[in-house]
Amino acid sequence: MKRLMTLPLALLLLTGLSSSDAKLTERQRALHALNRLAFGARPGDVDRVMQIGVDQWIDQQLHPESIPDRDVDARLAQYDTLKMTDSQIVAKYYMPIVEARKARKENATQEDLRKMIPPDQRPQRVVAELNSQRILRAAGSDRQLNEVMVDFWMNHFNVFAGKGLDRVLLTSYERDTIRPHIWGKFEDLLMATAKSPAMLFYLDNARSVAAPENRPQRAQRFIEQMAGNKAKQGGLNENYAREIMELHTLGVDGGYTQKDVTELARVFTGWSITRPEEGAEFRFRPAMHDTQAKSVLGVRFGAGGGIEEGEKMIHILAHSPATAHHIALQLCQRLVADNPPKALVDRVAKRFLQTDGDLRETVRAVIDSKEFWDPQAYRAKVKSPFEYALSAVRAVGGTVDNPLPLARELQKMGEPLYGAQPPTGYSDKADAWMNTGALMNRLNFALALASNKMPGVRVDTTKLGTIDIGTELTAETKKTIEDRHADSVTTAGLILGSPEFQRQ
Amino acid sequence: MSIDRRFFLKSSGLALVAGGLLPNVFVKMANAATTKGKKTLVAIFQRGAVDGLNVIVPFGEKAYYDARPTIAVARDQVINIDDFFGAHPSLVSIAPYFKDKSLAVVHAVGSPDTTRSHFDAQDFMESGTPGVKTTEDGFLSRALVCKHDQTASPLRAVALSPALPRILSGSGGAVAMSNIAQFGVQGAADAQSAFESMYGSASFEATKILKSAAPAKLQPENGAVYPNNQLGNSLKQIAQLIKSNVGLEVAFTDVSGWDTHAGEGGAQGQLANNLRNFSDAIAAFTKDLGSRMSDVVLVTMSEFGRTVRENGNRGTDHGHANVMLVLGGGVKGGKVYGKWPGLGAGQLFENRDLAITTDFRDVFSELLAKQLGVGTLKTVFPSYDVSPSKWRGVLA
Repeated sequence: MKRLMTLPLALLLLTGLSSSDAKLTERQRALHALNRLAFGARPGDVDRVMQIGVDQWIDQQLHPESIPDRDVDARLAQYDTLKMTDSQIVAKYYMPIVEARKARKENATQEDLRKMIPPDQRPQRVVAELNSQRILRAAGSDRQLNEVMVDFWMNHFNVFAGKGLDRVLLTSYERDTIRPHIWGKFEDLLMATAKSPAMLFYLDNARSVAAPENRPQRAQRFIEQMAGNKAKQGGLNENYAREIMELHTLGVDGGYTQKDVTELARVFTGWSITRPEEGAEFRFRPAMHDTQAKSVLGVRFGAGGGIEEGEKMIHILAHSPATAHHIALQLCQRLVADNPPKALVDRVAKRFLQTDGDLRETVRAVIDSKEFWDPQAYRAKVKSPFEYALSAVRAVGGTVDNPLPLARELQKMGEPLYGAQPPTGYSDKADAWMNTGALMNRLNFALALASNKMPGVRVDTTKLGTIDIGTELTAETKKTIEDRHADSVTTAGLILGSPEFQRQ
Repeated sequence: MSIDRRFFLKSSGLALVAGGLLPNVFVKMANAATTKGKKTLVAIFQRGAVDGLNVIVPFGEKAYYDARPTIAVARDQVINIDDFFGAHPSLVSIAPYFKDKSLAVVHAVGSPDTTRSHFDAQDFMESGTPGVKTTEDGFLSRALVCKHDQTASPLRAVALSPALPRILSGSGGAVAMSNIAQFGVQGAADAQSAFESMYGSASFEATKILKSAAPAKLQPENGAVYPNNQLGNSLKQIAQLIKSNVGLEVAFTDVSGWDTHAGEGGAQGQLANNLRNFSDAIAAFTKDLGSRMSDVVLVTMSEFGRTVRENGNRGTDHGHANVMLVLGGGVKGGKVYGKWPGLGAGQLFENRDLAITTDFRDVFSELLAKQLGVGTLKTVFPSYDVSPSKWRGVLA
């Protein structure tokens, strides 16, 4: 069988390449680009990219809006919830839960409650369709870099589908909050997440209320009306204020204090959502807002302010050098190496600041760097479960008929989509994924996939002997596999399970 | 440039060094490992920062009730321990172990670092080096390295999770698995041997032992019924590993859902439900192991406590000191250890949180030394003054 393994360079990787003048070949460059900027190579992709020219292909990928994606669009047409607004989804898939809770008898169990909800209105459908579209797009979209960056930003601004209302808010969150902004200005993306019902609910800001003594006059009665007696005790919730600085912008060492967290929480009071029966949409509620004077990160606000305080803080956070550094570091960790060179991170951060947080230019700065193309970066990163599973499906030219078994496989491997509970999301470093147990799951997946036994994915086993599987094996692995004299199915399974294919 | 390429070199990771097939070594290993009487330490991490003040309630403190008008657990609802502290009523299933003195509490315990970031605080607690972010391995892994043992089993340290947690990462030889019954390559023998030579046989020793010992076939004993949740499932499998004598010394699992910023509840509600699941899983584990519990110590931990005062959403925000439970053989239980700093004005850390009077490293130092026989704690907790004089005497 024909494979991409022509070069003795592969062995050097194991012995520690000195930072050399060695350069990747054009073929390796194409494979590297497909591994890092796409979900791996499908049969023939390496040749295709070489034909277009690696740099030209990257340029196209940086402008996904210019790439037609009709096949995937056609596939996604079957999923109704993907086209529904937040309010529509909430009405159809969440209100039945609310109604059932109201109507249930005192000793009703979870199971009783479940039975009260019509099967075609269960919220699981929303999350299942969301999983399906992500997997289908990663597997088949021609806008591959776009899907890589969606994965990156969804993880950066993580929202957990398991938290109550969020299971029905994530569709719009990904479609309307994340996707339209990932090639624009960081401030716009940050603002969109800050005003998204999904994030406001996930990090509890929707229910953060000014302390009674700091509320506008006559607001108390309104608050009680709005949320019943529960809100009598209403007060500050620091969760979002902390995470927007620690995770979304400045980074944990970004120079803020506990006092800043509390003060920023006061700034964001009133950034809330309407009740589910009103569609769970973003609403600034002046009555919940802390109208007293405050000071965050040295910025002073006089008494009597409103939503503009939070908007100003988002502008300041988005333009902070600490934020530039934090975003640069995370992008480099995702695209280049677990511990990226400081000089690279500094350069990318500088580009972020120079371009007013232009995310296309910032990503381009990572890809255009010499570090990205350094032979030391080649195959230096371990694939996450999502990257691994999807790159394997692509490598054998698999057709995804039903994405849900793959979604379950990702759960088994430790990376269920929309399933990261902590606001940190999933790790972009190898340490988080690599251990014997995880390896067993991957090897079993590789063998099942290659023998066409992975449910939901169709693999033409008769073609396995004639295709390039998108990796470059070391001579050692090549020999190990050839010594088995196995059939093309087992051979393909061994390649997909090989240490080289775990890496990108 | 410093691109990280350690990964292939790690014993627990993907070794690229092709090893021989050495089929018999595993049999020997398996035999060496099946020595009875190995002592085991089981650690449960409550991720998300459990509200320790509502787990072991200082009902003797008026300030506790003042600070928590809607979520305090009433005096007549707690399970009394010592007329000052009482356990949350949801802990009823483990309450008998207070009585028979196999369950102890350490209160006002935690990590001295002041971060209120879940991520950082968990990281510091698992690395065992509060405030130091560059530590590469976890402290339980370092403890295993210190206790180097030729006959140690490839299953000496197991994390019941899909990925290896920080606390066990490093060269201690821990493995992670979420299902002990499905651990191993399921395909043809030929494929297995090929993968073995690609990754090195070390990665596969554990699977062979598991295959021959078949612990997953063991049924819970003594009428133990595990709750059908993730922690129950993990503890059931840890019990199976212990009962099948595969040489388990350290087991780790985690349980989340403790980040109760809103609607925490008091004697009933969100935290109460989580605590009931938590307690029932631990009670089933203890019952299942029966007399084998004499060789087992189970300890619970969480990254930090929660604010003394409830917040505007009837929940609590990120705080400082917390509570740890220690259960098992040799535990001098039935009481609450540690100096109580009080909840009154002027007694709180940063005027909002329970202050720390016991460093979590002092609790773990004692457990590692007495339960596992780890001699050189200096490398387990570098740059910390490990001194038996600071131990609370939780273990005999």
